[in-house]
Amino acid sequence: MTETAARHRVQLSNAVIRFAGDSGDGMQLTGDRFTTQSALAGNDLATLPDFPAEIRAPAGTLAGVSSFQLHFSDKDIHTPGDRPDVLVAMNPAALLKHLEALKPGGTLIVNADAFEKRNLAKAGYDTNPLEDGSVTDYQVHEVALTDLTLRALQGQVEAGELNKKEAERCKNMFALGLVSWMFHRPLDDTETWLTTKFAKRPELARANVAALHAGRNYGETTEAFTFTYEVKAAKLTPGRYRNITGNQALAYGLVAASVRSGLPLFYGSYPITPASDILHELSRQKHFGVSTFQAEDEIAAIGSVIGAAFGGALAVTASSGPGIALKSEAMGLALATELPLVVVDVQRGGPSTGLPTKTEQSDLLQVLYGRNGEAPMPVVAATSPADCFDAAIEACRIALTYRTPVVLLSDGYLANSAEPWRLPEVDDLPDLRVEFTTEPNGEDGTFLPYLRDPDTLARPWAVPGTPGLQHRIGGLEKEDVTGHISYEADNHQRMTDLRAAKVAKVADALPPTPVEDPDGAARVLVVGWGSTDGPLRAACHELRGRGRAVARIHLRHLAPLPRDLDELLRRYDRVVCAENNSGQLAMLLRARTLVDVQPYTRVTGQPFSSAELMEAITTLGFGTGQAATTATTDNGEVGR
Amino acid sequence: MTGNGEGTLTRKDFASDREVRWCPGCGDYAILATVQGLLPDLGARPESTVFVSGIGCSSRFPYYMDTYGIHSIHGRAPAIATGLAITRPDLDVWVVTGDGDALSIGGNHLVHALRRNVDITILMFNNEIYGLTKGQYSPTSPLGIVKKSTPMGSIDRPVNPVALALGAEATFVARSIDTDRQHLTEVLTAAHRHRGASFVEIYQNCNVFNDGAFAALKDRDTKAHNQIRLTAGQPITFGPDGEHAVVARGDGSMKIVPRTDAGERVVVHDPHKREPTTAFALARLAHNPTGPTPIGVFRDVEAPVYDELLREQLDAARERQGPGELRALLEGGNVWDVIG
Repeated sequence: MTETAARHRVQLSNAVIRFAGDSGDGMQLTGDRFTTQSALAGNDLATLPDFPAEIRAPAGTLAGVSSFQLHFSDKDIHTPGDRPDVLVAMNPAALLKHLEALKPGGTLIVNADAFEKRNLAKAGYDTNPLEDGSVTDYQVHEVALTDLTLRALQGQVEAGELNKKEAERCKNMFALGLVSWMFHRPLDDTETWLTTKFAKRPELARANVAALHAGRNYGETTEAFTFTYEVKAAKLTPGRYRNITGNQALAYGLVAASVRSGLPLFYGSYPITPASDILHELSRQKHFGVSTFQAEDEIAAIGSVIGAAFGGALAVTASSGPGIALKSEAMGLALATELPLVVVDVQRGGPSTGLPTKTEQSDLLQVLYGRNGEAPMPVVAATSPADCFDAAIEACRIALTYRTPVVLLSDGYLANSAEPWRLPEVDDLPDLRVEFTTEPNGEDGTFLPYLRDPDTLARPWAVPGTPGLQHRIGGLEKEDVTGHISYEADNHQRMTDLRAAKVAKVADALPPTPVEDPDGAARVLVVGWGSTDGPLRAACHELRGRGRAVARIHLRHLAPLPRDLDELLRRYDRVVCAENNSGQLAMLLRARTLVDVQPYTRVTGQPFSSAELMEAITTLGFGTGQAATTATTDNGEVGR
Repeated sequence: MTGNGEGTLTRKDFASDREVRWCPGCGDYAILATVQGLLPDLGARPESTVFVSGIGCSSRFPYYMDTYGIHSIHGRAPAIATGLAITRPDLDVWVVTGDGDALSIGGNHLVHALRRNVDITILMFNNEIYGLTKGQYSPTSPLGIVKKSTPMGSIDRPVNPVALALGAEATFVARSIDTDRQHLTEVLTAAHRHRGASFVEIYQNCNVFNDGAFAALKDRDTKAHNQIRLTAGQPITFGPDGEHAVVARGDGSMKIVPRTDAGERVVVHDPHKREPTTAFALARLAHNPTGPTPIGVFRDVEAPVYDELLREQLDAARERQGPGELRALLEGGNVWDVIG
């Protein structure tokens, strides 16, 4: 890309961009493309897609605003950024909804064409914010995005290749071209992508590429932009990288577990936001022998998985909170029959249908306790989009080793957001091979389906088709060892204890909990789990930079909890537990350790920002509201 | 027929060592004996046979079979059997369920297993009552029935299981009677032979809570008048001397007329007809077995089998893309290298 000499090329360590528009404006796609361009440029990055649950809310209204935020950096980063440096607002509703987040002095690019009376009224503006002084604190670029796009595509429209509406729709590519120019991003990859995407309608591919170029050329030729910015490649751990979302990584983790266990993957599920993309991804992996079954409902989905597990498959189902509620009776059956299967819960805001497209961590107690009877089940939580890969393998490992259903917690934020992922070496992945039982294990040549392995307390996995090992399992209480139905009092106590002991055994094999405490001087401990890992890591890092000695642990295993947890929590004067629910883990930690854990909680459907966490940790951990003495930050994660 | 040539199995090879715990006189005993006696003749192997059941009296069935089995949760047996059948084409998967299990709580799964045509054989024991919960009316109980939960009579219109299965376009639908061992054996043999989902309604007497519900079909002096036996290729006539015949009305429904009035209009039974319309009209002849009721195979047609189609897709994908390479999967999309 050429550089106009008159302009200043500013080196930045990082930047946060937010694209916001109507849900028909293609903001998710625009954000995705900019993400890929940034990833290919070698930046570390994190994204935060945010879109309405309605497929198509009324155009131009607040309800219809869709946004995509991207944080990219020349350093290792952990969050999609708290506040954007650049906001692209495609209409008044998008501006109204997102202006508040924009950093003071930040760059605001608006589609000036959309700021006419009707749209202003739809958004609820009495006056035009571009004219009434609302945006004077920002570097505002009013760009006639619609008109410029139409003009760029005039030839194609006149030639009858496109209609006006189709041409207008390319305005998101114009915006992408402009922002790409601002940040010195090459466009080749997006061009290739557009050509492939519109292979069947090459005229649309041409139009989108033309709009993309027009946006870039506009930036270059207009004199409105004084600065361009550059964020250099991050110094990441050497290796091969790709950009990946949580749902995609989770699906790949399941395929990897199938390959490493030698068991065919059977995935039964019922579509639900935000878990459906796992089904979509796995349904494309049939050449791995992956069977996907779109069941008639959530109960059938887990039912099919129980059948597949009985038959010897690596059996997985996934859903979100409402679907997990429906699956709970069958989860109890899987637990009583002691079959290995994985139940993925991609959490969203609740209760009931709640906030389908937003994120929350409020299913923790549901998956731990939301079943009838004493029904313990291991629970594993993924911490970042890329970590969904490892977490999926870990959930499969536990299920296969201990012959138990396992819950894998992800959430809406992890599911849809993306980050660079350093590809693992396939040979380094855990060996998950299992051996089916093929011989009788009773003294008289009988088969005892509930005779346990003393190390894991797992029962034998004898699959149908094995001669001589015929047996019947079911939800009625089992007699210890024989597996026959038993209503005997002492036996029920023993079986209840055995099932609990088996789950507890998972903790035996876990390594010590890693504690992040670089100086070893901390008196305050921050505890988190799941997707809050990034913002908590960033907040603690920043606090340390400002002289606050703070230690941090982040739990992968929520059940059983690590053995060293009690000792760890007691080691500190103050323990703060931050989570996107109303204090579920905090309550568990208090109950288990009797430590006075201080909860910090919020359920707005949005992930934590590192700035608010700094504030909370300072207040709850250090007993003062002064999070920071200066506002300088080295990685810009704190917009104060 | 003596099985698959690997030695002769007998019904004892399919009976588990568990004590059978149904009420004395329960119709389930007869069905169990028939199935145990039938399996050796079908060439079945105990280790390759799986019985999946839901909840209810009938659903205890797997415990009494020396095969693999799952006694699962209420209504969900078809879903569990589907997952097993999809992943294990080498197995013979049977579902044992009751009218409450299959048609109330499990209605959804039944319909979907049938319309997908999963290769499973569903035996639905219909006693028109909830036995395990001690005598409430069931979805097949006749309108007006007075039971514990319906002191003024049931106001639920009953479901016709055969019509429901045909409505789901099940590819094999039949009806038989618990104590008619020969008929039940014939029907189950045909059901087992069928590729895809088979649905067999078996009238089963609950002598504790709904005794005699099928008396009209079973009693010596009434059964000849009331059993309309369906035989492929044969005109549908019945009665002690074949004096009744089934004919089609102009609107496609069917009615019973004296044989002498029927002339050439007697319906000739053809379970292999692709269109389920005639079978459906036959099913509508009796909504409850208190009068003439067809028994036998209503429909038996070939159609693509879900689990076979799925496996074909897996094979096609492997053929097109080669066997899955994990490294290649992980590297798909845009990758870049960071050099240290």
